Amino acid sequence: MGKEMKRRILMGNEAIGRGLVESGCTLVSSYPGTPASEILESVVAFAGETEAPVHIEWSVNEKVAYEVALGHSYTGKRSAVAMKQVGLNVASDPFMRSAYLGVTGGLVVVVADDPGPHSSQTEQDSRFFAQFARIPVFDPSDPAEAKGMVGRAFELSERYEIPVMLRPTTRVCHARQGVSCQTPQTLSREAHFKKDPGRWVATPQFLTDLHRRLNDKIDEIACLKEMYPVRITGDGSAAHCIVSSGVACANTYEILEDMGLLEKVDLFKVDLPYPLNRNFIGAINADYEKILVIEETSPTIEMQMANRAIKGRTSKDVPDYGELTPEVIGKVLETFLNVPGKAEEDVQEVKGVRPSLCAGCPHRAAFYGISTTFPEGIFPSDIGCYTLGMNLGGVDICHCMGACISQGAGLYHAYAADGPDYPTIVVTIGDSTFFHAGIPGLINAVFTGARFIIVILDNSTTAMTGNQPTPQVGLLADGSPGNVVYIPDLVRASGVKFLKECDPYDLESFTVLLKDAGRFCRSDEGGVAVIIAKHPCMMDREAQKDQRCYRVTVTEACTGCRVCIKRFECPALIFDEESKKVFVDQNGCVGCCVCEAVCPVGAIAVQKTGGEE
Amino acid sequence: MKQQIIISGNGGQGILFVTRLLAEAGLEMGLDVLTSETHGMAMRGGTVISHVKVGAFRSPLIRRGRADTGLFLSDSNVAIHGAFVKPYGRRIVNTDRTGEYEGIDAAACAAQLGSLLATNLVLLGYAVLRKALFCDEAVMRAVIKKASRPRQVDLNLRGFEKGLQL
Ligand code: SF4
Ligand code: SF4
Ligand code: SF4
Repeated sequence: MGKEMKRRILMGNEAIGRGLVESGCTLVSSYPGTPASEILESVVAFAGETEAPVHIEWSVNEKVAYEVALGHSYTGKRSAVAMKQVGLNVASDPFMRSAYLGVTGGLVVVVADDPGPHSSQTEQDSRFFAQFARIPVFDPSDPAEAKGMVGRAFELSERYEIPVMLRPTTRVCHARQGVSCQTPQTLSREAHFKKDPGRWVATPQFLTDLHRRLNDKIDEIACLKEMYPVRITGDGSAAHCIVSSGVACANTYEILEDMGLLEKVDLFKVDLPYPLNRNFIGAINADYEKILVIEETSPTIEMQMANRAIKGRTSKDVPDYGELTPEVIGKVLETFLNVPGKAEEDVQEVKGVRPSLCAGCPHRAAFYGISTTFPEGIFPSDIGCYTLGMNLGGVDICHCMGACISQGAGLYHAYAADGPDYPTIVVTIGDSTFFHAGIPGLINAVFTGARFIIVILDNSTTAMTGNQPTPQVGLLADGSPGNVVYIPDLVRASGVKFLKECDPYDLESFTVLLKDAGRFCRSDEGGVAVIIAKHPCMMDREAQKDQRCYRVTVTEACTGCRVCIKRFECPALIFDEESKKVFVDQNGCVGCCVCEAVCPVGAIAVQKTGGEE
Repeated sequence: MKQQIIISGNGGQGILFVTRLLAEAGLEMGLDVLTSETHGMAMRGGTVISHVKVGAFRSPLIRRGRADTGLFLSDSNVAIHGAFVKPYGRRIVNTDRTGEYEGIDAAACAAQLGSLLATNLVLLGYAVLRKALFCDEAVMRAVIKKASRPRQVDLNLRGFEKGLQL
């Protein structure tokens, strides 16, 4: 490692990004997704700051990102790929096979899990996935440790020519800590791909051997002394022992400290949950009568311990779902150690404000247009800010990236088989999601003769995760220009015969287009109709400057019917309990004036105040 | 020195910035710092909470009933996250009402300065004034200068000073 520089406050994701740059990694690819998004952004920042030569890309999806990183590693150079846990589902195809074939230059796969979940569609445990693939996995408990584990993961990866996973959870990704930084390592490796068809092509005849060798690697790693879990409390003679990893381990430690039991309980911290150290398994099972395993989110360590007497997620001594917050672990420990709790009253969860689309968000206008034009319609949608359209009656289904288009086709075939009187199906998908996984679904829907409307919500960004650029924006991760790929070109090339574009702020035109599209779907020559609803995200400050801005107020005519609140839910429209009328919060309102059309009595008044005109 | 602080409010109220300032202040004072914050879906105007732990801690999360101080960007958040603060802990609240906490109309002060965006800094200044935080005003002032975006430094400092003078 290079010379030590001073400590800096880094977010977990930044610490990981820093670790990647310091390790001499020369390619990092990713697709944005909470809680992993800031990893790549910090690689951009740190590579820039230290002038480290790193190819950094927002790939179109996680499968692509994984394969790009894999190809890079085949040349002997270090590479990394970062994603959220459900991203690994998308990348699972190359991921599974890469365990067999292995790598040349180190490959670190950062997969951020989201127990809780706070911002995801599942609570899946990627350590479990790693075990399924037979890929070693590190489980950091704080940002500084996560950074250190990046280096350890590269070493392990190169020593055994195997991809290695680093699995932080939301609480590590979004924690901040003082982390010491070094100058990046320069490895000066030249690209050199050594042809070896038996390995890199690996037809089935080679695979049994590769599988055997993979098993041997895992067996060896499972016996590495340096991966033997460390006891961080107790003196090794306690009757009780706890085995834990990640943030759950950090929480367990603090609660034991709070209970004054640091000396009385043996707590083992696992850095590498898979493969769990074999000697450790033997020793723990032999030495302790009462063992508790605390880990997130699946019983990965627990199952490898293969001891039916263990208390944990399987025995339900630890809840077998949800995040292991300090409150949850506190209760678990009190029961396991038979220590009565400090009469901690069960605090009722008070519900906070639910999230909603920003004031002036173009999606709100689009959803309002869709749900009013087709009151009987069915509305599959997708993953992004626009999932919040469910509050507006504009989203009936949301499954996984890109699913809305294929699900729309499935719904159509079901209804169409029952007769011509099928409901209009309108699916909504964001621009970034369309690039990610929408295109195959579109080709399939066109090809198989489905008839429904696709509204592509094009706000020229990946808004939900912090506004990363899409291929249509044409900017690379570091802000330099790339080759632009246009959504309309892709739509036309997929065989779509109805393609229109419109700004959803213009509700009138948008509604006309929706009706046209609906008629097209049902016409003799009909099929899939696509409308691109184009308007920049409100977070794009530059675009906002060009936007016309109106002064919008609610007049005395307001009857307090709350239609605008229930059907439109703009955070700038506020119901005043005293006057029983709605008013516009001028600090929040962006003056889009779309709400004007929503009020049934015309109480929302619009006055022009400059901007473009 | 050990202190646990929560900061509660809604997405867009500058909770993350206050979290960062406290973390940098801890670093400046040579203390260990761990924080936890909310990102993603919840930030679209939803309720958010940050945890800041200064001193020898391992976990970024604060257990309910253990926080020494809570900074609340609006009074409605006291009902939601108030239980994180110890029974005799400090609750510093931006409010135009009175309640069982140390309330201050930080939003009105910020409005006087010309931008509601400074509400978080006014509240922070007030918390420093009331000695509810581990750091003093000099440290915080230096950190604000360092961590603010160039265009925001002035407003942030004015907000902070305003809070200190209440
Ligand atoms: S961030 Fe952009 S896309 Fe997301 S809700 Fe706000 S305006 Fe809409
Ligand atoms: S502004 Fe219009 S829609 Fe909203 S509450 Fe008043 S009358 Fe009803
Ligand atoms: S004009 Fe209406 S819809 Fe647009 S931001 Fe203001 S209140 Fe919300």
